Amino acid sequence: MLEIKNLHAGTGGKEILKGVNLTVRDGEVHAVMGLNGAGKSTLSNVIVGHPAYEVTQGSITWDDKDLLSLNPEERAHAGIFLSFQQPVEIPGVSMVNFMRAALNAKRKYLGLEPMPAGDFLKLMREKRAIVELDSKLASRSVNEGFSGGEKKRNEIFQMAMLEPKLAILDETDSGLDVDALRIVAEGFNKLRRPETSAIVITHYQRLLDYLKPDIVHVLIDGRIVKTGGPELAAEIENRGFDWIKNSLTPGPSPRRGEEGTGD
Amino acid sequence: MEERNSFVREVAEKKYEYGFTTDVQTDIIEKGLSEDVVRLISRKKGEPEWLLDFRLKAYRYWLTLEQPTWGHLKMPEIDYQAISYYADPTRKGQGAGGKGQEGEKEIDPELMKTFDKLGIPLEERMALAGTAVDAVMDSVSVKTTFREKLREKGIIFCSISEAVREHPDLVREYLGSVVPYRDNFFAALNSAVFSDGSFVYIPKGVRCPMELSTYFRINARGTGQFERTLIVCDDDAYVSYLEGCTAPMRDENQLHAAIVEIVVKERAEVKYSTVQNWYPGDSEGKGGVLNLVTKRGHLRGRDSRLSWTQVETGSAITWKYPSCVLSGDGSQAEFYSVALTNNFQQADTGTKMIHLGKNTRSTIISKGISAGRSQNAYRGLVRVAPTADGARNYSSCDSLLLGSHCGAHTFPYMDVQNETAVVEHEATTSKISEDQLFYLNQRGINTEEAVSLIVNGYAKEVINKLPMEFAVEAQKLLGVSLEGSVG
Repeated sequence: MLEIKNLHAGTGGKEILKGVNLTVRDGEVHAVMGLNGAGKSTLSNVIVGHPAYEVTQGSITWDDKDLLSLNPEERAHAGIFLSFQQPVEIPGVSMVNFMRAALNAKRKYLGLEPMPAGDFLKLMREKRAIVELDSKLASRSVNEGFSGGEKKRNEIFQMAMLEPKLAILDETDSGLDVDALRIVAEGFNKLRRPETSAIVITHYQRLLDYLKPDIVHVLIDGRIVKTGGPELAAEIENRGFDWIKNSLTPGPSPRRGEEGTGD
Repeated sequence: MEERNSFVREVAEKKYEYGFTTDVQTDIIEKGLSEDVVRLISRKKGEPEWLLDFRLKAYRYWLTLEQPTWGHLKMPEIDYQAISYYADPTRKGQGAGGKGQEGEKEIDPELMKTFDKLGIPLEERMALAGTAVDAVMDSVSVKTTFREKLREKGIIFCSISEAVREHPDLVREYLGSVVPYRDNFFAALNSAVFSDGSFVYIPKGVRCPMELSTYFRINARGTGQFERTLIVCDDDAYVSYLEGCTAPMRDENQLHAAIVEIVVKERAEVKYSTVQNWYPGDSEGKGGVLNLVTKRGHLRGRDSRLSWTQVETGSAITWKYPSCVLSGDGSQAEFYSVALTNNFQQADTGTKMIHLGKNTRSTIISKGISAGRSQNAYRGLVRVAPTADGARNYSSCDSLLLGSHCGAHTFPYMDVQNETAVVEHEATTSKISEDQLFYLNQRGINTEEAVSLIVNGYAKEVINKLPMEFAVEAQKLLGVSLEGSVG
């Protein structure tokens, strides 16, 4: 279970998250929706420990462990996975070597021996099929020259390899055409086990049509201002966010000019 | 990347696995350099008159030279009178001149143990499959394995000292024919005082059935090592040769001034690979080997081929330009290099490709990696002579910076005197980004391993050129050499 309490965090001295509370129980899928600049990506980056972000107040616990005291790779070993919004290219490092290093790091953490090469390649083949990534992938450098859709499929492929307990999908739907979206979303659903939980960050309903969140949150100006069931996402799809903002009285509303800036 | 996010932590003691010293009775001559010392070395090695003359000419010429200063290097002053020029750790129980002179003698078990520890077993039954080794400690070859097996094919593989005794005509014909003693300051010095190194002769039409290798070890304090290697590959012959080296950890700088000469005849092919891991000095820049080396191959024959591959991770200072003179029409030369510097290491390395023959081709792939406060320079010359119709060169020089306190420099020189020549040069400089490291961290890979993964990926094109066992070794070495360079 992930428990975020009164989380204040930012980057470059600017506070972006201003008291986020969020509890994700095992097996639940939560959607976090909001406009650009609301703090969605900050939230996902803080959970996985990106060094560019600093937490100024509040706590995050994960299965009763203080997540904020763990470094990024320890958080990964604890079962937290981020599907990056913009996966970075790493020239020269092949997908095979990358995945082998990642998988064996996890096995080492679990006290297991490195996976034999044959088993590893077989696993790569199996998991690749789930997101319909072609076989040339294995010999290519990490994300190098991948199309936008391939990069996102590659993220889900890595998730398949590492089998996290909590997956954070940071705008995994952005830049995907309808087919790619379906492949990614169905891939994700195939990989889910009953205890797997997820935080799905998105602007749009369409990914949620596939992923079927249990709970939907609306993040505005660094706070979760509204929480509801799947019907909330549908309502946002129809009506946008303004009606939620307007209903926020008397609390502080975002000043004009701060909306719509990139995360 | 902004300083705020700098992922590089400076100066941490890095691991150097080979920094031990062997306690062995060693015959070390008095420090200092003079004609008498040159004569003494020649006498100890039981050399013929012509070789002593060669040494003396070189010595007298060296006296007229100044140490070169054009490298992008801060060179500590070298006191040539404070160095001992000959150290023989094989003295125990045998006459001067090491093994061979009086037949194979028993080798001090301490020496065997040393090479075992270095991963170079000298007993043939223990040896790496398919690799013959000439093991040199300080000034003397300790043992050369698989000599008899190679002899069956007519291949000569022995120390240069033995070659002088047993194959004087061959040595006399080729020694100094590629790197004359007048070549440069360090070449003159080496020619005056050189001790051991390897001699290889592959006869016409013979494909050497195993990898030949020389392992150089510096052990004795206060000494310099003056390796001399000569490889002759006759018409239609082939050999792959490997060189490795390590030295103890010491506060003093030790000098390794080598000459390697390679002669490649018609349609012959030589592959020469180096994994250079001399002691690099400590994290404060104290000590370390000064690696001042002249390596050159002469592609004499038509359609001959020579390829240099080097992985340079050691030494406080590396000054080294394995070069090719492409005389034979249609000859092809390659230079693949990874030079990694950390802490206060300095490297000024590259190659010279001298195109003389028609339709000659050369390729230069250089990858520099700088970390800590190190300085890493690529220096290369591509010269196309008026005679070299249709010559082609492709050069690619990449630099990777880890952190903000290190330097990468590229000094490419081109001198093209034939208008049918095509010469291309590409260069890039990049830094490992924090986003790349974080991406790998998020997948559970710690930062040190992440850097190693990225650096190995970056160097892959060169590493892939190494023979298998060496490639694995080189990959590990790149990782180890960077330990402590990132936080």
